[in-house]
Amino acid sequence: MKETWSEELKERIEKIEAGGAPKYHEKLKQQKKLFVRDRLRLLFDDDVQLEDGKFANFMAGDLPADGVVTGIGRIHGQTVCVMANDSTVKAGSWGARTVEKIIRIQETAEKLQVPIIYLVDSAGARITDQIEMFPGRRGAGRIFYNQVKLSGMVPQVCVLFGPSAAGGAYIPAFCDIVIMVDKNASMYLGSPRMAEMVIGEKVTLEQMGGARMHCSVSGCGDVLASSEEEAIAAARRYLSYFPANYLGKPAMAEPKQPSPEARPIAEIVPDHQNSPFDMLELVHSLVDEGTFFEIKALFARELITGFARLNGRVIGVVANQSKVKGGVLFVDSADKAARFITLCDAYQIPLLFLADVPGFMIGTQVERAGIIRHGAKMIAAMSEATVPKISVIVRKAYGAGLYAMAGPAFEPDACLALPTAQIAVMGPEAAVNAVYSNKIAELEEPQRTRFVMEKREEYKKDIDIYRLASELIVDDIVAPERLRDELIARFAAYESKQMTFSKRKHPVYPV
Amino acid sequence: MAEVTASMAGTVLSVLVAPGDRVEAGQDVVILESMKMEVPVQAEQGGIVSEVKVEEGSFVGDGEVLLVLSVES
Repeated sequence: MKETWSEELKERIEKIEAGGAPKYHEKLKQQKKLFVRDRLRLLFDDDVQLEDGKFANFMAGDLPADGVVTGIGRIHGQTVCVMANDSTVKAGSWGARTVEKIIRIQETAEKLQVPIIYLVDSAGARITDQIEMFPGRRGAGRIFYNQVKLSGMVPQVCVLFGPSAAGGAYIPAFCDIVIMVDKNASMYLGSPRMAEMVIGEKVTLEQMGGARMHCSVSGCGDVLASSEEEAIAAARRYLSYFPANYLGKPAMAEPKQPSPEARPIAEIVPDHQNSPFDMLELVHSLVDEGTFFEIKALFARELITGFARLNGRVIGVVANQSKVKGGVLFVDSADKAARFITLCDAYQIPLLFLADVPGFMIGTQVERAGIIRHGAKMIAAMSEATVPKISVIVRKAYGAGLYAMAGPAFEPDACLALPTAQIAVMGPEAAVNAVYSNKIAELEEPQRTRFVMEKREEYKKDIDIYRLASELIVDDIVAPERLRDELIARFAAYESKQMTFSKRKHPVYPV
Repeated sequence: MAEVTASMAGTVLSVLVAPGDRVEAGQDVVILESMKMEVPVQAEQGGIVSEVKVEEGSFVGDGEVLLVLSVES
């Protein structure tokens, strides 16, 4: 008798673990997608170890696990919770038990204080079940409420393999990082069909909500992966830079030298302040080889954000990229920075700012887009960051650009300057024009040019970096070839930093 | 046909190509000056320059068309 029971149980488990009907598995293959349980095998060190709610909606007969796998596994030895949609079961849609399972695994992540990963591939709510799964106290809204509560407490990672539609699109929106698989992943509130019906717009899914669009235009995506395997590997790699929760610190790794191919900083940075250069190359010449993990590499490229290791220690890098849009700060780059800084600060990841910034963009277009309030977001996030914070003035740091890049007034643990640094309200050209515009207008050539050149030279002397060091505005001037060692020593010294920004409830966000 | 557009608002500092020139994807075709910075603008795809819409000293807004390329299919 008992053997029969075990046999029966075994058969039923096998049936559940096989997911939806074979035709849907065929469809996965055509779309170059993996079955949910294969994704989980790739994600974890060794498969899901604990699974709850496997029998969800078992009595329905054709809804194995109710279209979602929830459980616990290990990544780099660390316990991690997971929620993974099964698109072979009713297109991964959410019924009442799907939602309850997701809520419970979030609650588990909170209780255990461990990261949670959302592997999303879902058509959204099952309209037929809406009363049970949509509006109530433990309806789908609760998933987002929990995400907001978990934010900054435990890392939340989203890997998007397929659609994430309507309300479901908020799962990625509330995660710390969204990794999207090119061509397959999408996010949208209304589908192209709905857009055509409701507002009369004809548009493709890829144009409106595709992975590439979100990773390069909307900024909703952080990492664009070319395959599911690559996306899952990125999620594992991302977590290697993070502690399990906000109370921990990121684990140290074996120190490595920068890439031997990296050129010396003195060669990379041009003498002329206004010529572009590739700041990414400078980042690679500073950090341990192969450790730079760029976030939002395709979005607002005038600012670089990413994780790296410096002598084995995890740091977050925020750097101006003069090669793109002159490295000027825009609406999107300010948002990108604000979010990245907040992320690092939440999980005790020290921040390195590499400043080479002409300022925030000016002109009608950006004023109308609210550059002031977006810039304020960046400055607010940077001000509030209490992790070890070092700003390096690589070249120019003009106007509010200096402020946004953790300038001296914003409590960096150190503001260092390379000998090429130039700190001022504005550059010499703009300043001379602003101060002497009447005089310049009165003069004839060649006196005019001579006058302008003289005044520029005077101005340059006035803002000379040694003068600023003499006035204690920068804490030190560092030779470019010594910068890496200096940063290693400083971040090690600041390890014990204890700082509370404020005891108030929370700031009023400038959004 | 493909358009090369300004990546940000600024003044055209120099146009590096002329109608009839062949350009490669990623090649710098125009240098803008904005915020006192030189801002190179690249062609996203290769082709033959069929029209230059701006001249040195023109003000261009973000997204404004600088060049038109004819792209071989």
